[in-house]
Amino acid sequence: MALKDVICTFCGSVCDDVQFDTENYKGKKFCKLGSSKFSKKERIKSPTIEGREVSYEEAINKAAEILVESKKPLLYGWASTVNEAIRLGVILAEKVRGVYDQSASVCHAPGTLAVIEEGLPGGTLGSVKNRADVVIFWGSNPMEAHPRHGLRYSISAKGLLVKGRKDRKIIVVDVRPTTTSRLADIFVQVSPGYDYLVLSALRAIISGNADVVPEMVGGVKKDTLLELAEIMKKAKYGAIFYGLGITQSRGRDRNIENAIKLVQLLNRITRWVIWPMRGHYNVVGAGEVPAWEVGYQYAIDFSRGYPRFFPNEFTAVEVLRRKDCDSALIIASDPVAHFPKDAVKHLKEIPVIQIDPHPNMTTLVANVIIPSAIAGLEADGTVYRMDCVPLRVKKVLDSPFWSDEKIIGEILRRVEELKG
Amino acid sequence: MHMLHIKNGIVIDPKNKISKEKMDIFVKNGKIVSEDEIKKDECKVIDATNKLVVAGGVDMHAHIAGSKINTGRTMRPEEMRVVRTIANKFRATVGRVLLTSPAIGYEYIKMGYTSAFEAAQPPIGALHTHEELDSIPMVDKAALPVFGNWHFVLKFVQENNLEKLKTFIAWALERTKGFGVKVVNPGGVEAWMYGGNVKNLDDQVPSFNVTPREIILSLIKATEELNLNHSVHIHCNNLGIPGNYQTTIETIKLAKGFENDKRQVLHVTHVQFNAYAGDSWRNVSSGVEEIAKTVNAMDNVTIDVGQPIFGHATAMTGDAPFQFTLHKLLGAKWSNKDSEVEGGAGIVPLVYLPKNPVHALQWAIGLELGLLVDSNKVVVTTDYPNGGPFTEYPYIMTMLMSKKMREAELQKVSPYVQKASSLPSIDTEKTLDEIVHMTRSLPARILGLPNKGHLGIGADADIAIYNFNPLEVDPSNDFEIIYRSLKSAMYTIKDGKILAKDGEIVQEHWGKTYWVDATGKVDLESISNEIEEYFGYYSVEVRNYGVEEEWIKRPERIVI
Amino acid sequence: MNNLLKNFGEIMIEVEIVTGRTLDQGASVEEKLSEKYFNSVNFIELSEEDFNSLNLNDGDKVKVTTKYGCVTVYAKKAKLPKGLAFIPMGPYANQITGIDTEGTGMPRFKGVRGKVEKTEERVPTIKEIVEAI
Repeated sequence: MALKDVICTFCGSVCDDVQFDTENYKGKKFCKLGSSKFSKKERIKSPTIEGREVSYEEAINKAAEILVESKKPLLYGWASTVNEAIRLGVILAEKVRGVYDQSASVCHAPGTLAVIEEGLPGGTLGSVKNRADVVIFWGSNPMEAHPRHGLRYSISAKGLLVKGRKDRKIIVVDVRPTTTSRLADIFVQVSPGYDYLVLSALRAIISGNADVVPEMVGGVKKDTLLELAEIMKKAKYGAIFYGLGITQSRGRDRNIENAIKLVQLLNRITRWVIWPMRGHYNVVGAGEVPAWEVGYQYAIDFSRGYPRFFPNEFTAVEVLRRKDCDSALIIASDPVAHFPKDAVKHLKEIPVIQIDPHPNMTTLVANVIIPSAIAGLEADGTVYRMDCVPLRVKKVLDSPFWSDEKIIGEILRRVEELKG
Repeated sequence: MHMLHIKNGIVIDPKNKISKEKMDIFVKNGKIVSEDEIKKDECKVIDATNKLVVAGGVDMHAHIAGSKINTGRTMRPEEMRVVRTIANKFRATVGRVLLTSPAIGYEYIKMGYTSAFEAAQPPIGALHTHEELDSIPMVDKAALPVFGNWHFVLKFVQENNLEKLKTFIAWALERTKGFGVKVVNPGGVEAWMYGGNVKNLDDQVPSFNVTPREIILSLIKATEELNLNHSVHIHCNNLGIPGNYQTTIETIKLAKGFENDKRQVLHVTHVQFNAYAGDSWRNVSSGVEEIAKTVNAMDNVTIDVGQPIFGHATAMTGDAPFQFTLHKLLGAKWSNKDSEVEGGAGIVPLVYLPKNPVHALQWAIGLELGLLVDSNKVVVTTDYPNGGPFTEYPYIMTMLMSKKMREAELQKVSPYVQKASSLPSIDTEKTLDEIVHMTRSLPARILGLPNKGHLGIGADADIAIYNFNPLEVDPSNDFEIIYRSLKSAMYTIKDGKILAKDGEIVQEHWGKTYWVDATGKVDLESISNEIEEYFGYYSVEVRNYGVEEEWIKRPERIVI
Repeated sequence: MNNLLKNFGEIMIEVEIVTGRTLDQGASVEEKLSEKYFNSVNFIELSEEDFNSLNLNDGDKVKVTTKYGCVTVYAKKAKLPKGLAFIPMGPYANQITGIDTEGTGMPRFKGVRGKVEKTEERVPTIKEIVEAI
């Protein structure tokens, strides 16, 4: 049978109800993003060292040499591969006394900083699907970044107590109208950088201090805030899904802290949960695996032989900005495309090892390039959905490419040999 | 053909009625064997002359692997910053009370503990729990999935359908690769989805026509009819509330009328948190006396302590409404995770301070339980990390054996303990034999693991050798020596391999993960309609739900 | 937002720029060296009012300058509040975002003030962007 049940490995929704036709290389039921993931694209055809085609063994040996000879290598990416590879990557980073950082550091890591301050009052996507009669997307645009999220979990999903779209109130808070705000019941437009104030105003109103709130807060009228507060208090079970709109704008982690404190307050009146809309299919794993292996989710330095965590020192952007690494291993990510240009500069000056199925902008500066199998299609493994629910993605196609797990495993083995 | 000869040790092996006998132990291929099965000259010899030799410790209830443990780490970098070992031949390990997975394995083995059981596994997160268990080196392990608020359970109890409940339990244990039926605040966590909780055994669970009493009784019945190796393992309703000792006694009494000749029919866990008399934090006092009387009078109930250790701790349980209450009480940061239609969890950091009257009382209550309950019915635990570190089990062990040590400790704690607890007046000193039973043979029996917790022929070669002579050392007076020795085993042997020596890791090793397969006793098809239908309320497909054996490093299936 | 009159009557406007995901950008994010990807990330969206105030037509290019750098991109009209601009996340956006993370490790991808003016310069290719860094 050519049509196989698969689990999508693109965004944090990790839809597990999709199918793939292995004969015609076509996906079924996927959204536009998943379809593109499960479609034929240009591949890195062979391992190369400085543009010269080599065998896997040679490339891995060279990669291991680079890492062992470095004083402080940066091992970055990880969000688009499976836990089994990530675990080996963490052990490798510890072995070579390097820095482990993962894509969340330019994405949702501020949420982790907020969790450190306040904790995270949350729930799985199934809890939201079944119970949430009010759902707020704050600084998040799922229709473009998680297209089937609403269908499966949060907007039109059929749940136990909430039977469908009609039983839910959807609210979008954003700085501009989006495809998601267009289908919301209420759209609240906030001035860029003013979410923190709006959240404080809501906390003031809900805790009975509406009198301290001025007529206009961050571009939002007080009346709108009063209405929103009422809806939140009257919800039987509410959910705030927040996105990069508040992790990447002014205030960053403080915005999330404030939103969490709002949810703490609401739980004294009714039930609310809050959760980040994680972007990649296993960015959660890229943080959970190092947390159990070495205690932290990102920005981890091993140069002293034990893990140290500091976001302002050991995130990839900070390490690159200060030229604080002398080589880099980039896996399942593209920092040359997604980091501000001043952080990319240093990547052009140091040896870079890249592991990826597809050529991207980092490939243009990489010295050792190792092609890998596509997880969820050509390699299996464990991934964590945005709500940390574990799923095992499948291998449904054979391919000549090694899996990330095998590549990292071999690099680790060779590093151990070289270190003696 | 790996063989060991442990010479001249002073053995305490309560299951086999060996009490401080000088004898040799022989190991071959990871098992304890008789002398005629080995060739003495091919053995590696360990000179245990005049040293205590016991089975490796069995920690039957600790929170060591899974989503809530990891969220605990994530939200508490203040815990993770303590560096224990630097990476060299072995992994770096960090953690104060919360530990990383490698640290958990290393710390257990250094202490002479060789098996550890994850006390509460959210079913949909089973794969994550197994991933973390498989990142804990050294020890044998298993996980207990939580049933008491699972909608399938609530449905089948409501329908009074014992057969379907049994079938469901078997299905669930297979899917989660779980070990037994864990119950946490039955009905109460479902009530929390509506902002509430349950207050007594006869409260109605919202949206379901069931009560906690019915849930517990049905699960006991089902577990006994399936004859699972481990009994229902329950975290009672009303945890942490002054006056709750009565709920605990009522719950314990639910075991009346059930019989099992191999083991208890109900194990009540971390009873300390459920042993409060009084009606507010102002007049809270110990409710242990009645609980102990009740447990001692029954022959089919066991408990574990849940001892608080002064210092840092992290409250993490599946009792989500209680965790919210704790967050409000302490003003501390708080994580919560409502989980599909299965249950929930919560995490709140805390500190136990000796001068705080309530904390001191909790500490006293834990010790009262260890002293007043029959040694054949009470296991030493801290409900790690809720009460404190498991690395302080030696503290509890020595305290239970020495009144002198207790008197010294009582000087340091709040005087509230003098009037609110009977600890100061308890003269009982448990013997070393009893303490070995409470940490080895008893938990192994409770869990239904006949090859663990003892040194008889055929047992797994999980052995701890401690650096003191039990024939010469007096636990009553020499508690410092015993404490130091128990903290750091002279030798810890696992599956016949020496893994730790004098508190240092010698070799890395990966243990087995036990899981229970009762599917042969039921017809899984009989509930397939219910499963398919209700899975519409899950957020994953039923075909993607669960853990396959191939994904676990060293699965060990126990067939019922 | 001010309209600043530059020399020779050219118009420049000030906007607040946010960068972010789009469906097209996401659908080609694994084909970064393709035309498809190039077209999904090489533009800035302006409100209709701002677009018209620069006397732009569809397909025109603009130069976007912030204190961190400048980049030439295509200009598009979109439903945005006046004074707010949007560039899809990617290499063009990253020519004008800064690496100041204020101790969090996270650059401020959303919320940088910039000037936008019409230009005849060419929009650089992906490869040219990398070469120039």
